[in-house]
Amino acid sequence: MRVPEPAPKSLSPRDWMKRQSRWSVYELIAWAAAITPFFLFPTYLPLANQIAIAALFALSVDLILGYAGIVTLGHAMFFGLGAYFAGIISVHGWGEPITGLLMAGTFAGLVGFVSSFLITRVQHLALIMVTLGLGYLTLELANAMSWLTGGTDGLRGMNRWPIFDTFRFDLWGYTAYSYSLVVLFICFLLSRRLVNSSFGLALRGVRENIKRMPAIGSDHKWHLRKIYTISAAMAGLAGALTAQTTNVVGMDALSFQRSADVVVMLILGGTGRLYGAILGAFIYFVARDQLAGINPQYWYFGIGVLLMLVVLFMPKGILGFLAGLVERRGK
Amino acid sequence: MSEATLSLSTAGLTRSFGKLEVTRDVSISLPQGARHALIGPNGAGKTTLINLITGQLRPDAGSIALNGEDITALSPQARVRRGLARTFQINTLFPDLAPIEAVTLAILEREGRAGQFWRRLTGHAEAIDEAHGILDQLGLADAATRTTRHLAYGQQRLLEIALALATRPRVLLLDEPAAGVPKDESAALFSVISALPRDISVLFIEHDMDIVFKFASRITVLVSGAVLLEADPEIVRTDPRVRKVYLGQGHG
Repeated sequence: MRVPEPAPKSLSPRDWMKRQSRWSVYELIAWAAAITPFFLFPTYLPLANQIAIAALFALSVDLILGYAGIVTLGHAMFFGLGAYFAGIISVHGWGEPITGLLMAGTFAGLVGFVSSFLITRVQHLALIMVTLGLGYLTLELANAMSWLTGGTDGLRGMNRWPIFDTFRFDLWGYTAYSYSLVVLFICFLLSRRLVNSSFGLALRGVRENIKRMPAIGSDHKWHLRKIYTISAAMAGLAGALTAQTTNVVGMDALSFQRSADVVVMLILGGTGRLYGAILGAFIYFVARDQLAGINPQYWYFGIGVLLMLVVLFMPKGILGFLAGLVERRGK
Repeated sequence: MSEATLSLSTAGLTRSFGKLEVTRDVSISLPQGARHALIGPNGAGKTTLINLITGQLRPDAGSIALNGEDITALSPQARVRRGLARTFQINTLFPDLAPIEAVTLAILEREGRAGQFWRRLTGHAEAIDEAHGILDQLGLADAATRTTRHLAYGQQRLLEIALALATRPRVLLLDEPAAGVPKDESAALFSVISALPRDISVLFIEHDMDIVFKFASRITVLVSGAVLLEADPEIVRTDPRVRKVYLGQGHG
């Protein structure tokens, strides 16, 4: 999607830039495909729900990793904070999903804003270690506060009210997947607007050459704090969706495994192209579903092989690889 | 000349790395419209001086003034926003952006609009047009939408200057703008530089003495971190100390 091609002579720079952010037919196909589980695979709706949530989480990571170049191994921290926030308010009597979701996202965003000051102080390996450290810190904090979080037993007694007082969460996952898909779609639209804005360009500037940014007069640390906050809020929304649609919140919401898995999904799909997050989540869960069918114990083996194949032979991820094929055919 | 008319001045700039004094009590001043060359053998501390002036490095002592205002305590980006821009000796560009995107970004940063995430980039049409104008002025219009990493080296050197110009500098610091460019092309590059508006003051580092004597209105000779001589080109050309420094170290 973002492969700048030389413009034909007739194309003015303005039109060329417009072309960079135009909707393509592939995007419409992708979203049409997202609706098919309702009709074609109704037994897979709970899986589809998991994929939509993971895609939203991966999307939040793509904004910082793919666009701003912040590598994180601790983003489950915000996913978990959103999940626990949504879970805890519903245990304490507020089960309205939409407001719960928004409050959970805001909470995760606030924590993201505070931690962004630490994040922008460091780079490279130190940055990864800081994200990892913050993740561990949050996990053990939730563990220690078991009076609030339920500790290793998980959170119990969540109340869910119907969405808009009408749509009950059903056993088959119709409501759950619809709800998650709508939230994913809205967040996707916002992300798409963001990456095609001047702010999105500034983020790519930071990713491409952080040293040049001050030399063109940029307070690039504020750009980074801003996107980190937005990303944290979005990860919090994903966590809240999990809590609300599955009615369970456990320590695994904050685990290192979850932080690592989301990066794996993003690398599989391809970074810096938004749809890579969605495709990556899809491939990861479908592969897991199939691999677990073959051998329920060792399915990570298959994920490991898949990850290495992609990194070795498709350095821009599966979507980047496909985009390359389409481009070559077009020439 | 009174202080107020100076675009840029430093007073007693000093900086050490450990025991090595790389900048020693350097005081230079650029009146408005100056074409000031900074010359000296390798390791004389020319780039360090630029880094001190732009704020990439902090001086141990001394002060820097831009248009009569003390900027010693300001961050590099704050100095850029006050009109002090630089280019880099080694290309410091955005490899995956097109030149039109990179220059538009610099313009939007100057206008404080780069942080807007709710408005489409293409909605900033004036900025894109201005960027195109700058690229056109430097002969890069045809390359505007290609990816920076695929540009010819000489074009990348010009893009260095385009990015600096997009910040609308009052003072422009050029760190070997023609570094690595073949001699016949470097003349063309300097003709672009000499065509810059006269209200921009330019301080440039350059090794090619023909170019220096052709374009400089004033020359500072830096040796071992200290100013050996600051004078008009004719005086520098005939100064025996300068000849000794250059001939003695195999430069000419």
